[in-house]
Amino acid sequence: MSNGNMNLTLKVWRQKNAQTSGKFVTYKAESISPDMSFLEMLDVVNESLTHKGDEPINFDHDCREGICGMCSLYINGHPHGPKRGVTTCQLHMRTFHDGETITIEPWRASAFPVVKDLAVDRSAFDRIQQAGGYVSVNTGGVPDGNAIAIPKVIADEAFNSATCIGCGACVAACKNASAMLFVGAKITQLGLLPQGQPERYRRAQSMVAQMDEEGFGSCTNTGACEAECPKEIKLTNIARMNNDFFSAKLFREEEIHEDKH
Amino acid sequence: MSLDAKIPQGPLAEKWSKHKFDLKLVNPANKRKYDIIIVGTGLAGASAAASLAELGYNVKSFCFQDSPRRAHSIAAQGGINAAKNYQNDGDSVYRLFYDTIKGGDYRAREGNVYRLAEVSVNIIDQCVAQGVPFAREYGGLLDNRSFGGSQVSRTFYARGQTGQQLLLGAYSALNRQIHAGKVKMYTRTEMLDVVTIDGHAKGIVTRNMITGAIETHAGHSVLLCTGGYSNVFYLSTNAIGSNVTAAWRAHKRGAFFGNPCYTQIHPTCIPVSGDHQSKLTLMSESLRNDGRVWAPKTVEIAEQLRKGTIKADQVKEDDRDYFLERKYPAFGNLVPRDVASRNAKEMIEEGKGVGGSGFAVFLDFADAIKRLGEETVKAKYGNLFDMYIQITDENPYKQPMRIYPAVHYTMGGLWVDYNLSTNVPGLYALGECNFSDHGANRLGASALMQGLSDGYFVIPYTLGDYLAKIGPKKVDISHPAFEKTKQDVITYINKLLALKGNKTVNEYHRDLGHIMWEYCGMARTEEGLKKAKGLIQALKVDFWKNAIVTGENEEVNASLERAGRIADFIELGELMVDDALMRRESCGGHFRVESQTADGEALRDDENFAFVAAWEFKGENQPEVLHKEALVFESVHLSQRNYA
Repeated sequence: MSNGNMNLTLKVWRQKNAQTSGKFVTYKAESISPDMSFLEMLDVVNESLTHKGDEPINFDHDCREGICGMCSLYINGHPHGPKRGVTTCQLHMRTFHDGETITIEPWRASAFPVVKDLAVDRSAFDRIQQAGGYVSVNTGGVPDGNAIAIPKVIADEAFNSATCIGCGACVAACKNASAMLFVGAKITQLGLLPQGQPERYRRAQSMVAQMDEEGFGSCTNTGACEAECPKEIKLTNIARMNNDFFSAKLFREEEIHEDKH
Repeated sequence: MSLDAKIPQGPLAEKWSKHKFDLKLVNPANKRKYDIIIVGTGLAGASAAASLAELGYNVKSFCFQDSPRRAHSIAAQGGINAAKNYQNDGDSVYRLFYDTIKGGDYRAREGNVYRLAEVSVNIIDQCVAQGVPFAREYGGLLDNRSFGGSQVSRTFYARGQTGQQLLLGAYSALNRQIHAGKVKMYTRTEMLDVVTIDGHAKGIVTRNMITGAIETHAGHSVLLCTGGYSNVFYLSTNAIGSNVTAAWRAHKRGAFFGNPCYTQIHPTCIPVSGDHQSKLTLMSESLRNDGRVWAPKTVEIAEQLRKGTIKADQVKEDDRDYFLERKYPAFGNLVPRDVASRNAKEMIEEGKGVGGSGFAVFLDFADAIKRLGEETVKAKYGNLFDMYIQITDENPYKQPMRIYPAVHYTMGGLWVDYNLSTNVPGLYALGECNFSDHGANRLGASALMQGLSDGYFVIPYTLGDYLAKIGPKKVDISHPAFEKTKQDVITYINKLLALKGNKTVNEYHRDLGHIMWEYCGMARTEEGLKKAKGLIQALKVDFWKNAIVTGENEEVNASLERAGRIADFIELGELMVDDALMRRESCGGHFRVESQTADGEALRDDENFAFVAAWEFKGENQPEVLHKEALVFESVHLSQRNYA
């Protein structure tokens, strides 16, 4: 069913579940077309495993157009593979060459335990968002959409931060498994917009506290996260997060106390 | 059984206001005594969960993905309509209503569509308040663009990622309620059945996709917000995981399925490149604002383009046929999707298709780049162009894009009344999962509008009426109906796991897709549909004999998950074919070759088919029974759609 001329060797991390240890297993990927996406190449391998009655390789994926953030894969030492600014589902086999050996691992971070094979548990990201990644407005009773003018450059900059897809590549790329690019992106988006101002400092405090509780590491400004981010979120998001976090701690004690809803 | 859509009496513009007043309310102190189950966390599900939790109800929210933020609403590109008339170009609630009814080829309910247009303005306000970074003009106000099927600019957008930004807004509202303890979130959990007691929906059965545990959940009502079923075609623009299982299992428990054959084929997708392809990628309709659709005038030139002996930019202006501009001068490239798709298909059938396979026409930006400059075009569509480059390895700034229609959206879905209730009391369907507002063809930028309208502004009112009537008496999973339904699910799973044949589930899915695309796709005939029915029935028998399902239940098992979904798609496919056979007229996206105008446009038969088809499940391998809900038009005059 495949119709290409590339033959590859895959070294794939197989691990039954979080409780057992895993190992690399070698597979052949044959007759691969350069027009296939990386995930379609894995589909071909999985189809042949299934025909043999073996268990297919488990990996997370969904939209396959680079926006849902579900796909992951640490390919030849890079989150989402060697190509910059794309997710694994948008990485095409023409990036590789015939005869190549490709190593495929899950994200490696203690805050992202392996679920099975190449899929990991990223629920820590959700919990950080739940800690404060929102504007506290109920449905209804809000002002007209044009009531507050927002300079285009500010809206555009907020948008750049808001493009984060929550895939976790930043964590996987970081030697400290820091989540600061992910957290900084949401704090920056809402911190730039007028709608986010009332809770700006409290938000920075609570999201960072949750990030620490989940066991993500600290930032040492290496910049691997920015280099590997498929949406090219900038390191300045971390600077803005630090700014809001520290000014909250130092000067805005009254704004950051947590009140239970 | 007669179907009552419960559309309020009175003048069109007053129906919703009057209805809201007539609906019963639940006392604020009583709301916390009610448990609501919501399946799916896309625009409809997340907005409903957040809004109902804000009101004080206890919500349990479910999604099969690893996070609620992954729901496929995230992939919507182009924008969201709202009748704000910020552009002073003649828009109004009535015009949005009218465009939507006409765009749907007069197969939607007036009352529903008017309400949709009415609340559209509130959606924009809500999203802005959440911090959704919509596109803005230099003066700081919201920007708009135009979309197919309308002559005003009423579409709000966030670059080519509007769905992502709106979904993340709804996700943030959902997160706030999870933090407040009002929503309990279940990720990697798939709904496999609905539990009914005395005819009312009272809960669901789920499978934990990590451990395989089959669990039951009870509530005072169940809301299905589980999206559409385009993946019945195998290749579509939907996410790989998008499926019909929740809706289909509800159908098999008594919920009627409305207009299953109404599917939308989107004209501007990246063409198929080979058998390996697992999905198709959409290029937003917004591109038709600046891109010009054309095919070569002669078969000879098309032949040269297919062989690659000449490139598109070498084709002389006189040798190009800008067929949409030629045939529809008033709307040009901005005709509705069904019209644009059928015209592309016609070109290809005349031998004028381009690209290696011949299954493509051009979408050309050369004029726009000349007029606006490459930078402006990049600012407007940059991410779409990048996506095109990634997939095709071709540069659309230099050569025109190649596009071809692909299945994108399903207007059909669970039948619901004006309150979004299915015919099973307590069971509701929101967003793409229901059939209600788009008739036989959905206009661009209307899906996001409908999902958020249902979740933020309709269900918070209509659900209260039902809950007030049934009272807050606790529903508990100790009722035997829960154990019985759970056992049914376990039996079914074991039946799937016993399949150790010689053909993968994916291969069955591909076979099904071929049948559906060939006979129940862009053009449908009596003969073809009859053939398809036989093929699908044979496929079903073969599936239950020869499919391979690997692994066990008590673990992560993608093979098992997929098998259940494909089995449901096969059954749905047959119903779609039945529905398409029954509807001996053309309307919107449903094109029966036997029913067309002299110009080849869809020819409706209002005398015999101005109704909603609602299908009732009667048991395995039994023919489904058709119920008709007559469509009554009081405000608009039914006419042949004309975009010329």
